[in-house]
Amino acid sequence: MAAIIIFLQNAIRQGICILFGANGEILTEKSGNLNLGVPGMMYMGGIAGLAASFMYERAVENPNPAVGLLLALASALVAGGLGGLIYSVLTISLRANQNVSGLALTTFGVGLGNFFGGSLSKLAGGVGQISTAVTASAFRMELPVLPQIPVVGEVLFSYGLLTYLAIAISIVLSWYLNRTRQGLCLRAVGENPATADAAGINVSLYKYLATVIGGAICGLGGLYFVMEYSGGTWTNNGFGDRGWLAVALVIFARWRPLNAIWGSLLFGALYILYLYIPGLGRSTQEIFKMLPYVVTIIVLILTSLRRKKEDQPPESLGLHYFREDR
Amino acid sequence: MANLHGVHEPLFHISKRQDYSLPLAIAVRLVAILLALVVCGVVIVAMTGLNPVEVYAGIIDGAVGSSRRLWVTIRDTLALLLVAVAITPAFKMRFWNVGGEGQVLIGATATAAVMIYLGDRLPAPALFALMIGASLLAGMIWGVIPALFKAGWNTNETLFTLMMNYVATQIVSFCIVFWENPAGSNSVGIINSASKAGWLPPLFGLTYGWNLVIVVVITAFIYIYLRYSKQGYEIAYVGQSVNTARYAGINVKTVIIRTMAISGALCGLAGFILVSGAGHTISTTLAGGRGFTAIVVAWLSKLNTFTMMIVSFLLTFMAKGSIQIASQFSLNENASEIITGIILFFVLGCEFFINYKVEFRHRHREG
Amino acid sequence: MRDAYAIELRNITKRFGKVIANDHINLSVRSGEILAVLGENGSGKTTLMNMISGIYYPDEGQIFVHGEEVTIRSPKDAFPLGIGMIHQHFKLVDVLTAAENIVLGLSGPTRLDITAVATRISKLAAKYGFDIDPFKKIYEMSVSEKQTVEIVKMLYRGANILILDEPTAVLTPQETQALFAVLRNMRDAGNAIIIITHKLNEVLELSDRVAVLHRGRYVGTVETAQATVESLTEMMVGSKVTLDIDRPEPMDPEVRLVMRDVTCVNPEGVITLNHASFTAYGGEILGIAGVAGSGQRELLESIAGLTPKESGEIDYYPPNQPMQEISKLSAVEISRMGIRLSFVPEDRLGMGLVGSMDMIDNMMIRSYRKGGFFWADRRAPKTLAEHIIGTLEIVTPGVSTPVGKLSGGNVQKVLVGREIASSPTVLMVAYPVRGLDINSAYTIYTLLNVQKMRGVAVLCVGEDLDVLLALCDRILVLCDGKVTGVVDARTATKEQIGLMMTHSGKGGGH
Repeated sequence: MAAIIIFLQNAIRQGICILFGANGEILTEKSGNLNLGVPGMMYMGGIAGLAASFMYERAVENPNPAVGLLLALASALVAGGLGGLIYSVLTISLRANQNVSGLALTTFGVGLGNFFGGSLSKLAGGVGQISTAVTASAFRMELPVLPQIPVVGEVLFSYGLLTYLAIAISIVLSWYLNRTRQGLCLRAVGENPATADAAGINVSLYKYLATVIGGAICGLGGLYFVMEYSGGTWTNNGFGDRGWLAVALVIFARWRPLNAIWGSLLFGALYILYLYIPGLGRSTQEIFKMLPYVVTIIVLILTSLRRKKEDQPPESLGLHYFREDR
Repeated sequence: MANLHGVHEPLFHISKRQDYSLPLAIAVRLVAILLALVVCGVVIVAMTGLNPVEVYAGIIDGAVGSSRRLWVTIRDTLALLLVAVAITPAFKMRFWNVGGEGQVLIGATATAAVMIYLGDRLPAPALFALMIGASLLAGMIWGVIPALFKAGWNTNETLFTLMMNYVATQIVSFCIVFWENPAGSNSVGIINSASKAGWLPPLFGLTYGWNLVIVVVITAFIYIYLRYSKQGYEIAYVGQSVNTARYAGINVKTVIIRTMAISGALCGLAGFILVSGAGHTISTTLAGGRGFTAIVVAWLSKLNTFTMMIVSFLLTFMAKGSIQIASQFSLNENASEIITGIILFFVLGCEFFINYKVEFRHRHREG
Repeated sequence: MRDAYAIELRNITKRFGKVIANDHINLSVRSGEILAVLGENGSGKTTLMNMISGIYYPDEGQIFVHGEEVTIRSPKDAFPLGIGMIHQHFKLVDVLTAAENIVLGLSGPTRLDITAVATRISKLAAKYGFDIDPFKKIYEMSVSEKQTVEIVKMLYRGANILILDEPTAVLTPQETQALFAVLRNMRDAGNAIIIITHKLNEVLELSDRVAVLHRGRYVGTVETAQATVESLTEMMVGSKVTLDIDRPEPMDPEVRLVMRDVTCVNPEGVITLNHASFTAYGGEILGIAGVAGSGQRELLESIAGLTPKESGEIDYYPPNQPMQEISKLSAVEISRMGIRLSFVPEDRLGMGLVGSMDMIDNMMIRSYRKGGFFWADRRAPKTLAEHIIGTLEIVTPGVSTPVGKLSGGNVQKVLVGREIASSPTVLMVAYPVRGLDINSAYTIYTLLNVQKMRGVAVLCVGEDLDVLLALCDRILVLCDGKVTGVVDARTATKEQIGLMMTHSGKGGGH
């Protein structure tokens, strides 16, 4: 029993990071932008949050956890959003190719994260290992009382703020896309921008906002990894391939934020499953780590086989829109 | 009507340029690169307080400052160029092969497997033939799988090939468990370090002579293949308009699968070069993002294989140079990715000004 | 000012690069009036209307709505002015429902109460007699259902100036009559309605006034009551046109192609060609008439080996040789057997030619397979391209200019020139003069007649019945994928064919 609880907890911890990225990318893709810069934006958000809290904790005698938390949160949002903005300017205003722009953003963002992550202590005058323990503790603070409930409390309530924020974002996003006027407009923009334009919707504005906000949400994924998962430290490339897993999760969830919630749990579980199955050799473990990607490929194939309209990617995904194109 | 309300008009107006002019295109790109370098300079100063001129001098020194450095830069340029050339047929067909990374890795794995298991048992010619064959075949399989689904059911190839990269990564991890040397290091180490079996020998006294020959031959071949061969025309028709291809009696599915087989196989061959002709080892990071960078190279070169030589060299140059300055100024080598990223942003963005005309509306103002 | 026009355009000009789509156009429509904007394909009607609805922005000129000068930068500016446009290609989002499409882009409370929207839609529909299911997804709808959604969308938005771009092109006569009834109701309720069309009978039947455009220029506006088919035609084509198309007598026609009971089903499972049978003779031009989308494309493509057939047989009789069955063959196999079958498709730059490629590469679409295993031969196509430029008087900077940059008439000459270069025995052309100026059109008619006199079996899909009646020897009529009859073009009347194009007719042959 205890093993199962720990397994679930760890699966959720793995999944939340991916869930942020997937939420951000769902919002982005719903506007018709296929932003392959997700890993880059996650790195940008992570390093910005870390750097902000690091500077703050060094500058102040007795750092206040709440201030550190807010600073880190704001920095991660701004940095992720900035990534989305670079992508938007390139693809929406300057009509550069989406795939290439996204990959360039990933190169840039990952480089930025690793550069500052690796150089932060030197730039700050050689303080050794970066640690933002105070801020991280704020991010890791659990809810009162609830986590003490046996089993349910341990599985559902033993996490920090960002975990619940990720799930809240999924729910709000789902409501926004399906139940609001603006959400309807956004879906129309991603499906058929010419129609949306004819209906009086400002296509560029929607694309910009969705992509920038989507980037900011991705940035939170990086912050989650740095703060709640790693406890306020940085390891170069420690982030691994979580950014691409987030892109995979978008497909797996068939562009639905609510599916992404349980999908992230499944991905998280698949990601660490090898640690919990007794008797696995090291080689078999590596095969198990393949599972999230294999599952995504299968989902991708199945949705294309079924041809159900509602399960397909937004129709204009990857294309740019220019009103006077003839 | 006397009083025209100029204020109501949109501020500017964008239209497609009717005529493509080469001098303009070159000028715009040069300005973009210059601007990018200026922005990088500002970023470097802001981040580090170093003198950007010194930093750029350090980059040049690091990339081509000595014969050895120059050759390393050339070696890596060749590897990047080969991947870019390999994915070009797919891109010409408008098939978004984002899976170069995985195809390279799987080709490298096949090469390494042959080297490890048969390195000491086969004579060199047979060994090399087998290594090359295995890398081609492995890359081909990796490229054909998404192509089959694209051809049959229109499965999104960007996402499919992207996922295939990580399946390949895990296969490498899987193999490393069996091949690790020394035991427990979780790395393969230099394969056949004593016998050098399966290592590409020097050619004309050049360490990377074979790399050079193979990559140049393939580059020239793809150039000819795409421009002058029947299959090249089929690829172009499919890429430009599936309807026209159908009209011309081209079996679009066959072309998709065949082209991805070639594209994947050549990526696999790049894996062979990386293992046999450069590192003599294999790891999950062997491809080093080349599969992705190659897309940028191919795209910026407008799929012209000769332009790709220049672009590959420039990007490798920046990367190698940055690693040098990183150690020189005890910075982190990832600075190169930031600089590369910024340059890419500018170069990608500048295409707009080559393809479109921005006109500001003249206002009708009296007095 | 009470008698101000609902919409008035003054000196509107729009250029696309070097092409002037609209050249100082003046136009006006009153409330409670139906104005028909008449013009041939490519005369600039749609471009003009797109500027009223904010899709394009004019380069010069002014727009007045109810007497006030307005600037319409985007569709967003057009809605508050009460302007609604129903495009030829419906602007609907496939995966959304009717109600979602109708309410799309409207402001209101953040939370969208789709049930309330549906109720309002049903009320509107009841008032005008539409049949609409607000919760049906667009991709599940038929063409006329989609059009209904478009019209309801405009009504829902309170549009009082309605623009319809060729609304009847895709409708059956019954659906057309229903549409006209609705439009009259709306006019009587005080709305201004503009209908773009090139069908004269509809203009005369429906409109109050007619504005005529010709090659991007404004010709004039007349009261419908004072107009006749002849007077309108004269305005539309610039000068009086007696369709003086040459029609030589067929020279000993012989059976060339027999289609028996061919049925085609598209990937969506819709029957597009329904047990079609006919015979085409060498040395004659067989016209193919029908409402758009009646199976014309599938008929030609099934012969060319481009569309899979569910059932049926196609036999080919080469001159002086035994019959060959080609039903099961693909386009490549047909050409490999040496059957010289040429096809000028409707979609010239999307199917027959590649706009971004030059003339040589476009010649090679047909010839690239020739020669050895590896190399594609570029020399013969280059000679051919130069030959076609010379003989068909194509205006182009040279063989290396992308064909997409040529004018419509020249593009068609490139395509037809390539297709007849292989001395075909069967030549299929779809809408060969659509969008072409008169001179180019006559060049094409001549080319078709030359082929006919060479003993080629020419199949010509057309939309203009006058042209078909003047050019062809026989006319096959399609309706809903069925062959409703084959008539003698020398004796048949437009009314007769018009009836056969709809279900009401029981034409000759089949």
